[in-house]
Amino acid sequence: MSPRTETAPTHVGGATTSILEMRECGKNYGNVSALRGVTLNVRQGEVTCVLGDNGAGKSTLIKIMAGLHDYNAGEMFVNGELRHFSSPRESLASGIATVYQDLALAPLMSVWRNFFLGNEIKKGFLGTLDVPQMKKVCGEELTKMGIVIPDLDRPIGALSGGQKQCIAIARAIYFGAKVIILDEPTAALGVKQSGVVLKYIVKARDAGLGVVFITHNPHHAYLVGNHFVILKLGRVVLDAHRDEISLDELTAEMAGGKELADLSHELRAADPGKVVEPHTVTGGIDAPSGVLPRVGEDGREGVGTPRS
Amino acid sequence: MARPEIGALIGAVVVLVLFLVVAPPFRNLGNVGTVLYGSALIGIMAVGVSLLMIGGEFDLSTGVAATTSGLTAALVAWNFGLNVWVGVLVALLVSLAIGAFNGWLLVTTGLPSFLVTLGTFFVLRGANLGITRNVTENVATTSIADMDGWDSAQAVFATTFKIGPVSIKMLVLFWIVLTVVAAYVLLRTRVGNWILAVGGDDAAARAVGVPVRAVKIGLFMFVGFCAWMLGMHLLFEFSVVQSGEGVGKEFIFIIAAVVGGCLLTGGYGSVVGAAIGALVFGMTQLGINYAGWNPDWFFSFLGVMLLLACIVNLYVKKKADAR
Ligand SMILES: Nc1ncnc2c1ncn2[C@@H]1O[C@H](COP(=O)(O)OP(=O)(O)O)[C@@H](O)[C@H]1O
Ligand SMILES: [Mg+2]
Repeated sequence: MSPRTETAPTHVGGATTSILEMRECGKNYGNVSALRGVTLNVRQGEVTCVLGDNGAGKSTLIKIMAGLHDYNAGEMFVNGELRHFSSPRESLASGIATVYQDLALAPLMSVWRNFFLGNEIKKGFLGTLDVPQMKKVCGEELTKMGIVIPDLDRPIGALSGGQKQCIAIARAIYFGAKVIILDEPTAALGVKQSGVVLKYIVKARDAGLGVVFITHNPHHAYLVGNHFVILKLGRVVLDAHRDEISLDELTAEMAGGKELADLSHELRAADPGKVVEPHTVTGGIDAPSGVLPRVGEDGREGVGTPRS
Repeated sequence: MARPEIGALIGAVVVLVLFLVVAPPFRNLGNVGTVLYGSALIGIMAVGVSLLMIGGEFDLSTGVAATTSGLTAALVAWNFGLNVWVGVLVALLVSLAIGAFNGWLLVTTGLPSFLVTLGTFFVLRGANLGITRNVTENVATTSIADMDGWDSAQAVFATTFKIGPVSIKMLVLFWIVLTVVAAYVLLRTRVGNWILAVGGDDAAARAVGVPVRAVKIGLFMFVGFCAWMLGMHLLFEFSVVQSGEGVGKEFIFIIAAVVGGCLLTGGYGSVVGAAIGALVFGMTQLGINYAGWNPDWFFSFLGVMLLLACIVNLYVKKKADAR
């Protein structure tokens, strides 16, 4: 089977070359409003980073694009067409592949079976799986991406987190995805493995895909991103091109910016003796001033009350 | 990678050697047919049960569902005075419908299969008795051996033929064919790939476009098909069906699949392994008899074997993962 070919992305609204565009999208879970008025463009050959705290609505946003949930307000255009996906199958058929943080692969299945899951190569009138061919292609594709797995019959659960993410990305690229969505692919990884995944993101971008990169970590985002969107409580609070924002500003925005400075003020007012001066805090309370807050692997460290 | 059925294979060889040593009649070639028949009575259901287990679910209603199938065929033919084959077809539809119902209830409610099929088990158990007594005023069906279509149906479902000194029951042939077909489907078709994925991680399978609900419902329907095969064999072997039959059998089928290397949590296992598991049962059942041991202890022996098999399988799997 050859990789899927989809219709070429059409130009929407004149100048943009969006493959996927959301306009004022909203999503409610019952009376919980998880997304409100979200406008977002995913363009070919660009990495669009979506940042935000826990509960900001990042997963909800992904699920709408991936066809797991439908949106209740606004519009979503895929290749210039207004779409409402009712299943992941529809989203996939439109060239959108999603790599979930934890649910991308079946752990006990072999590497090659996982690679071809949902896109198996068949031969003969009985529809027998072409196992040698699938193993061959899988091996070639992974080698191309620099992943070396000697035994493709190994259960995928025995591989490292970074290898699994890379296999999931390689699979999406091979099967002709136009847009690839990555849900916090580096959150559970060490520094070195994160680096490998980030390299793949760049490769996917250079291969002409539109990449949506969800992350907590502004450093990771800034390493590969062309475009940054910050979500807060279901709303877009920042939407900036790389030219318009520096890493420091992005980090500050991500860390809560002015709000945290206010918080620091408030706390100091409450009990001055117990709050350390901003410049001695490694937690990034005074982020707007340009001092880089230390953000841990999962982006959770460094944001919070000062430690004494 | 070590295949999942390795543990069962070792177990089967151990049991075989044990009974060859301690039970002289076991060495008699003529008894091979009897051992195979005993195994087929378990194995035919274990085919469906193992695929279902690999797909991440199990079914507690299989034992009574086989009885339901036999009862349906007998009662429909007898009550309406129809050709036996009409009863056979209606039974097939009923068996598939029971499977579809189990699957549908599972995927729509999200309840665990343990609860869904436990419910079905009790419903069928009651219905088997209630409907039979209502129609025949008895706890068993009336013999349908003198009705139209009996001879041809019996020839299909319950003949015996000879290969050399060994008499082989038709059910044994069905069991082997069904095992081969199911093993092929599991390992060499895309549906098989989907079954493995759905059992391994259904959210992951859904995310890459596998029709998870359809796969689950289909698996339950295949179990229904196996129940129909067993039910038809029992009907045409004995010409009457006892409405209370089948209770407790569901665990034996599940055990055969587990001994055969199927993981109770899904995503891993083997149909051939389940067949070997059934063979271990068949050999044990007869071996104990032939050895002149007290058959009261049969179930204890099974329990020990189940635990041993699970430990061996766990060990084999750990070894495979650790490489
Ligand atoms: N299935 C759901 N039902 C109800 N509320 C939900 C559901 N999924 C998410 N939410 C709510 O929507 C908001 C956004 O959640 P989510 O998209 O998971 O955020 P993030 O991925 O950024 O942490 C949260 O308030 C969360 O509690
Ligand atoms: Mg999330």
